[in-house]
Amino acid sequence: MVTKQNTQTMIDVSGLSKTFVLHTQGSARISVFEDLSLDVAAGECMALDGPSGAGKSTLMRILYANYRIDQGRIEVRHEGEMVDLASSAPRTVLEVRRHTLGYVSQFLRVIPRVSTLDVVAEPLRALGTDEAEAHDRARTMLARLNVPERLWGLAPATFSGGEQQRVNVARGFVAELPILLLDEPTASLDAINRQCVMGLIDEAKTRGAAVVGIFHDREVRDAVADRVFDMRETLAASGEAA
Amino acid sequence: MSARKRKTRHDDGETGYNFAYLDEQTKRMIRRCILKAVAVPGYQVPFGSREMPLPYGWGTGGIQVTASIIGRNDMLKVIDQGSDDTTNAVSIRAFFAKTADVATTEETSKASVIQTRHRIPERKLRADQILVYQVPIPEPLRFLEPRETECRKVHAYSEYGVMQVKLYEDIARYGRITTAYAYPVRVDDRYIMDPSPIPKFDNPKMDNSPALQLFGAGREKRIYAIPPYTTVHSLDFEDHPFDVETWDEPCGLCGATDSFLDEIILDDQGGRMFACSDSNFCTARRADGHTGQFAEDPIEESRKGEPAHV
Amino acid sequence: MSDDDVLLQVDGVCKNFGEIRACDNVSFELWPGEVLGIVGESGSGKTTLLNCLAGRTEPDSGLISYTNRRGEASDIFAMFEPERRMLARTDWGFVHQNPRDGLRLDITAGGNIGERLMMVGARHYGNIRGEAETWMNRVELELGRIDSLPRTFSGGMQQRLQIARNLVSGPRLIFMDEPTGGLDVSVQARLLDLLRELVRELNVAVVIVTHDLAVARLLSDRLMVMRHGAVVESGLTDQVLDDPQHAYSQLLVSSILQV
Repeated sequence: MVTKQNTQTMIDVSGLSKTFVLHTQGSARISVFEDLSLDVAAGECMALDGPSGAGKSTLMRILYANYRIDQGRIEVRHEGEMVDLASSAPRTVLEVRRHTLGYVSQFLRVIPRVSTLDVVAEPLRALGTDEAEAHDRARTMLARLNVPERLWGLAPATFSGGEQQRVNVARGFVAELPILLLDEPTASLDAINRQCVMGLIDEAKTRGAAVVGIFHDREVRDAVADRVFDMRETLAASGEAA
Repeated sequence: MSARKRKTRHDDGETGYNFAYLDEQTKRMIRRCILKAVAVPGYQVPFGSREMPLPYGWGTGGIQVTASIIGRNDMLKVIDQGSDDTTNAVSIRAFFAKTADVATTEETSKASVIQTRHRIPERKLRADQILVYQVPIPEPLRFLEPRETECRKVHAYSEYGVMQVKLYEDIARYGRITTAYAYPVRVDDRYIMDPSPIPKFDNPKMDNSPALQLFGAGREKRIYAIPPYTTVHSLDFEDHPFDVETWDEPCGLCGATDSFLDEIILDDQGGRMFACSDSNFCTARRADGHTGQFAEDPIEESRKGEPAHV
Repeated sequence: MSDDDVLLQVDGVCKNFGEIRACDNVSFELWPGEVLGIVGESGSGKTTLLNCLAGRTEPDSGLISYTNRRGEASDIFAMFEPERRMLARTDWGFVHQNPRDGLRLDITAGGNIGERLMMVGARHYGNIRGEAETWMNRVELELGRIDSLPRTFSGGMQQRLQIARNLVSGPRLIFMDEPTGGLDVSVQARLLDLLRELVRELNVAVVIVTHDLAVARLLSDRLMVMRHGAVVESGLTDQVLDDPQHAYSQLLVSSILQV
């Protein structure tokens, strides 16, 4: 495992606090983080580790600006500049997501009628790549992840869990974005496909991408992670009712 | 208002009506509307239409306009579908003969005021003549836009694309513009106007005409006008330009090839002929010696060509 | 005008109907190519706001400013009516929930699509026809139906025709009022997919009013949640739906039925 020296910081989180207030359940307050900080450099893979409920997925969603935060800064390097996602306008966040932030969630959000090939090509299309090239690269990625070619023209709604996950991974990696957020990318994959995803992560690191991941599978985590961020240490006192 | 007292002319005609039926105040009001209509060519000026002694749809608008402009020295001609001798024409002519005691004529060239329903005379009009149209529905947008408020805005802002949609529909459905009468025109490059239900054959006669053209709609209470020498453009498409009807045969009575022809059924054997819709035009031509195929006896002539069956 | 100019600037818009506050101090900005969803229950003021934005209902107070293609921003209610009407049929579009409100039902499909072109001076039948055919294709309507009346179309087809009729003028801003309301689910999916593609391809900004959060998620970049005429929460669509902050937004999100 190579730890690169003097590499650029790609993600810089500082002073992060997050509380869920459940108005529909008697305004229960659930504090998830208090004053959390972390940073990830280019070419580095950081694994988030902790038991269920430690807030791994929550942190991941915060890094994607999918969840909002109470306090702190979520800075990512976007086109050479550090941009704070927590305080940016929606259109800036969308711009950062398009060009910088890739996110592979556990579940694929299926859009009716859109074919697998188009689902995978979409991040490239959003960057302005023409349709032919985007489809080419999508095909390469799907082939690499062993998604059978007969499925490419179909919408992934009816696919098995493993197939959907591979479509999701293909979509996440196809645009070769500088930052990748991976929420259990190998959870429902067999050994061969797990290897394949690990290969993709290694390649991403080699081209200088910063990767943050939740890896349930210890083998995968040990193989790809340069650092482990232990969520237990940051876990705030939770569940206190307001 | 002038202090001069107007003498009521009970001696006008035999009936005791005011000259030309309408009272002088009404005529003043209508004349003002006519002036405004002339000043804004093609614009529909609302006016206080009066009850007339005949039903709406029989030319109450045209009659009120005529009554307001006619003078003792005028020579009146009234036509209905081009003809001087149909019920409507005869009645209106008699109406003015009775209430205004004006001279009437059937000759287009002699008339100073011509009231018309559904035609423009074939003979070219002169600057000293006024043509008064009877108009059933003055609003060209009526069947496209049911809201009156919206129609007015469309006119005010010249948003006339929707008129073009109507012509588009004709071509889409029938391959050509099939609107044959009340064919919409643009007056003086500004207002789109319904020329009343004249055949589109007559549209070119409105353009740049030396005669003043006045339009009266009694039921709809609108007056509009085309001043002399005003551009009147029939709407069309670049690739489907405006054109007028043509006939394969000339007038059966006078042999004219340049007039609007009516089809006349002669018998129940399919015999038919075409004849000028403008009866005065046709009569004048025949007086000049022109004759058509059916000039002698249309029914006899039509049988000549047939095989002797039955 | 560049992408850095705000397309629509809305500032403190209020509209009352008697005692009822239909819009209560609504402010936001819309950027070129951005899709803004407005969600909330019936009677929350969504449609009133949309009508104000589209210049169809004048607000009691507040400013709605639109930046035209030349980069000039102007208050849409301060401009002359013909100017506003011109915008409404060239730069803007309005897709009604009920296609009957947005189509001429006694005019053929082709005429419906061609109307905007003729409105801005197109006078070549062949060209208008060609453009109508192109748009029939783009909204997946059978070319053979170009001379049919919309009343013979299904609800989904009417809605697609309405979209074509609006997009033919190359608008920069489209207002949509529950465009998928009243359609059955499979037809709705097709329409949504079509809208999504067209919006991306044409880079047109959209303000879409819907009570269907799934529609909002699929189409919009940003969401505004309205209640009693006021905006209670706004932000990125996925933020608002996945991490709603306001009590009402949470209620709305938690009320979605799972399939």
